[in-house]
Amino acid sequence: MTGLTAESAGGRRGAVAGLPPGIAITDLRAAYGRIEVLHGVELLVPPGSVYALLGPNGAGKSTLLKVISGRLRATSGQVVIGEKPVGKASTEKLARSGVCAIPEGRGVFPNLTVRENLRIWTYRGGMDINEVEDTTYEEFPRLKERRRQMAGTLSGGEQQMLAISRALVTHPKVLLLDELSMGLAPLIVAELYDLVGNLARKGMTVLLVEQFVSTALSVANRAAIMVHGRIEQEGSPEEMAEAALSVYLA
Amino acid sequence: MSNFLQYTVFGIMLGAGYAIAATGLVVTYTTSGVFNFAQGAVGMIAAFSYWELVTAHHVPILVALVIILVLGASIAGALVERVLMRRLHGASAERPVMVTLGLMVILTGLAAIVWSPSTQRTVGYMINGQFGLLGINIQYQYVLIIAVAIAVAIGLRALFYSTRPGYALRAVVDDPELLAMSGASPNRMSQYGWILGFVMAALSGVLLASTQTTGLNIEAMTLLVVSGYAAAIVGRLKNIPITFAAAVGIGLAENYIGNYVVPHVPQNLGLDITNALPMVFLFIALVTLPSVRLRAVGRLTTLRVPRVASGWESLVAGGVFFAVAVTAALLFGNTAFKGTTLLTLGGVVMALGIVGLSLVLVTGYSGQVSLCQFSFMGIGAFVMGKVAGGGSLLGLLAATAVCAGIGALIALPTIRLRDLYLALATFAFADAVANAFFTDPHIYGSGGVGVGRIVLPGLSFGGDASEFLMVTAFFVLAAWMVLAMRRSLFGRRLLAVNDSPAAYATVGLNIGFTKVAVFAIAAGMAGLAGALYGTVQQIVGTSDFDVFPGIIFVLFVTIWSIRTVSGAFLAALTYVVLNQLWPSGLGLFAGIGIILIGRAAGGILGIEAIQVHLPWVRRRQTDLAEIPTAALAGAAIIGGGTHVAG
Repeated sequence: MTGLTAESAGGRRGAVAGLPPGIAITDLRAAYGRIEVLHGVELLVPPGSVYALLGPNGAGKSTLLKVISGRLRATSGQVVIGEKPVGKASTEKLARSGVCAIPEGRGVFPNLTVRENLRIWTYRGGMDINEVEDTTYEEFPRLKERRRQMAGTLSGGEQQMLAISRALVTHPKVLLLDELSMGLAPLIVAELYDLVGNLARKGMTVLLVEQFVSTALSVANRAAIMVHGRIEQEGSPEEMAEAALSVYLA
Repeated sequence: MSNFLQYTVFGIMLGAGYAIAATGLVVTYTTSGVFNFAQGAVGMIAAFSYWELVTAHHVPILVALVIILVLGASIAGALVERVLMRRLHGASAERPVMVTLGLMVILTGLAAIVWSPSTQRTVGYMINGQFGLLGINIQYQYVLIIAVAIAVAIGLRALFYSTRPGYALRAVVDDPELLAMSGASPNRMSQYGWILGFVMAALSGVLLASTQTTGLNIEAMTLLVVSGYAAAIVGRLKNIPITFAAAVGIGLAENYIGNYVVPHVPQNLGLDITNALPMVFLFIALVTLPSVRLRAVGRLTTLRVPRVASGWESLVAGGVFFAVAVTAALLFGNTAFKGTTLLTLGGVVMALGIVGLSLVLVTGYSGQVSLCQFSFMGIGAFVMGKVAGGGSLLGLLAATAVCAGIGALIALPTIRLRDLYLALATFAFADAVANAFFTDPHIYGSGGVGVGRIVLPGLSFGGDASEFLMVTAFFVLAAWMVLAMRRSLFGRRLLAVNDSPAAYATVGLNIGFTKVAVFAIAAGMAGLAGALYGTVQQIVGTSDFDVFPGIIFVLFVTIWSIRTVSGAFLAALTYVVLNQLWPSGLGLFAGIGIILIGRAAGGILGIEAIQVHLPWVRRRQTDLAEIPTAALAGAAIIGGGTHVAG
């Protein structure tokens, strides 16, 4: 159960030739107003890995993803993706540079149809919309049937399929997933996590936040447990499965 | 038959002008979630600017249009989004309503300074000439307006539903953060939306200016697009084709009623109908159509709870306040000031303070934005003047009861409305009452309504000092009552309705009853205030309770603090003092004040630095350490990241 060194994460700042960029987080602090939520987080996500961040409610996992995706400014510390510090980069700039964040809940525009959501996903990419639709519908045939339906009227599972289709069609280098399984039936969750595994094999670094340990560890090849705004433990999925029990039962 | 065709063509043209303004409203609402009450004022400024350039300085029409639309409206729209609206993200739902109302009164105030209302200004057609069709003559100008409206509707529909920037413009209100995660800039999209909205407003103003045959009028031009409001509501603030069709329908209805109904009723009634028609359409649209889904429900906008004085504290504070009033009465006596006396003005402050208290109750506590408290005040003054000789206790009771009754009647159809829609409904009611009731010489009297000083057995309030003290006593009593209500179960229910109507209903409480009750109580208080105002002034004028002064007063209460008794009093004091010193600048002060206050829910009295020096408005700070991290995280996201204090 040893912490990753910068080198083992893939270079000084998590970059390895031929691999998608890793994420290196150093002494990261973040706050909502005067309330500090992250208290010096240290984390190295190896390039091309699927990294699961586990922890109980209120641990700061989602906040960490917000900072990495530029939705919340860190008060101190550093986040480096590949060789580039995130710094004060805006969310949209990070998105355009290949960071795909799928937020907690349903990451879709409820008042736009399925097709219109797909077109938004490719807002800056210059991708062919027909190709985008074909790729999505091939993976999720149910969305094809619903393509003219408002996204807000889809079932929870279908909305999550639509949300994750952003990662499918925009080919990001880094995928940040926040509570993908929330409120979904086990079969749907399994289907979505299969896709996450496939996406990772195609070549992207995945950092996923989950409360459900077994679901997350089934696809992860590295994991950490976060408690009270700090990384408590870090190691292989097997080690973390055991460690998580004591944290969750504490 | 030819008359019918002529009315039809004119009605379609009028409706087309409304349609441009209405689509501008829809564009702004779709892309920012904000209903721009200043839409008409922007159109008014554009119309006057057009007159200034084309008529006064002979600038070629096309050059003038480029200056007004491409430069003026676009830059103004971009600036308003950047400077005013962007910082309102996550503010309570009534705040954008207040800020756009503030912008409206600023623009009308500036227009009054730049373009003196005493000068008549008429705007000619952009294209002169006419052609014959089916036996009637049609002006080329009409064809131009209709063609522009159709082009705007088709163009915007295509933009929003067939292009990626259009999808992004629609998506920005749904979830700006998600839009950013998709690679588009939400701020830029909102800004484009405001630019488009302002250009549409300016275009409608410029085009409709030529239909104002009696000359441009600041207030009339500002309220000309109210019919556009109704059309936008019919289109549920998102559907451009329905909005367009509704605008044309309203234009036709106005024209048919104006030509077929109005000539057959008594002249004054006809005038009342014509004046009130746009507001009546808006009111009907609001109370009959299924309400549009609101996107701002359930936001946590403050982590601080305003401190409420205990029963004893209220009594002591009321006693001290009254003692100060007695001292003031002894000190100032009959001191004259600008044609009246200081104590008469003091009485006006107290009467307006009661109106402010009614706003604390209805808007501050229960979250229902009411823009018609001045209307109840005017009705109260009218009842007071007409009952039992114009100066009796019975008159006060009648004014309170009549206004409470009317308030309940108004509230009944608007129970399901909230935030913006209630604001619009009360705005419609205020303007309709002002146009059809207060200005009708057969009802309100050409010189106003006379109201006598109250005489009770053994007690006379004939002198300014005694009158001032009597109204002060009523203010103290009303303040004590409002605070008592806030501490009671009813007060907690009001806060609960404001916070989450859904949660309120799920615990088995009746939302309708609570909303009607608070609206009726607030209307009754405003009616009482109107009656007292009448006894102080002894004659109330037809313009005392107009829609604009009413809005300006609401803004002042919001600026000081719409949640506290102190805020109500200070707002009344500010209103009266400024009205004496610089009446034409009243709107400017209110508008600039509300913009400076921005999203601070607690107004000036809620600002922490001020609370330190004013112990009576200090607040109890929620122990932040007790709030779970997740709740704080949610609060910060919803509230825009850093807003903690109210």
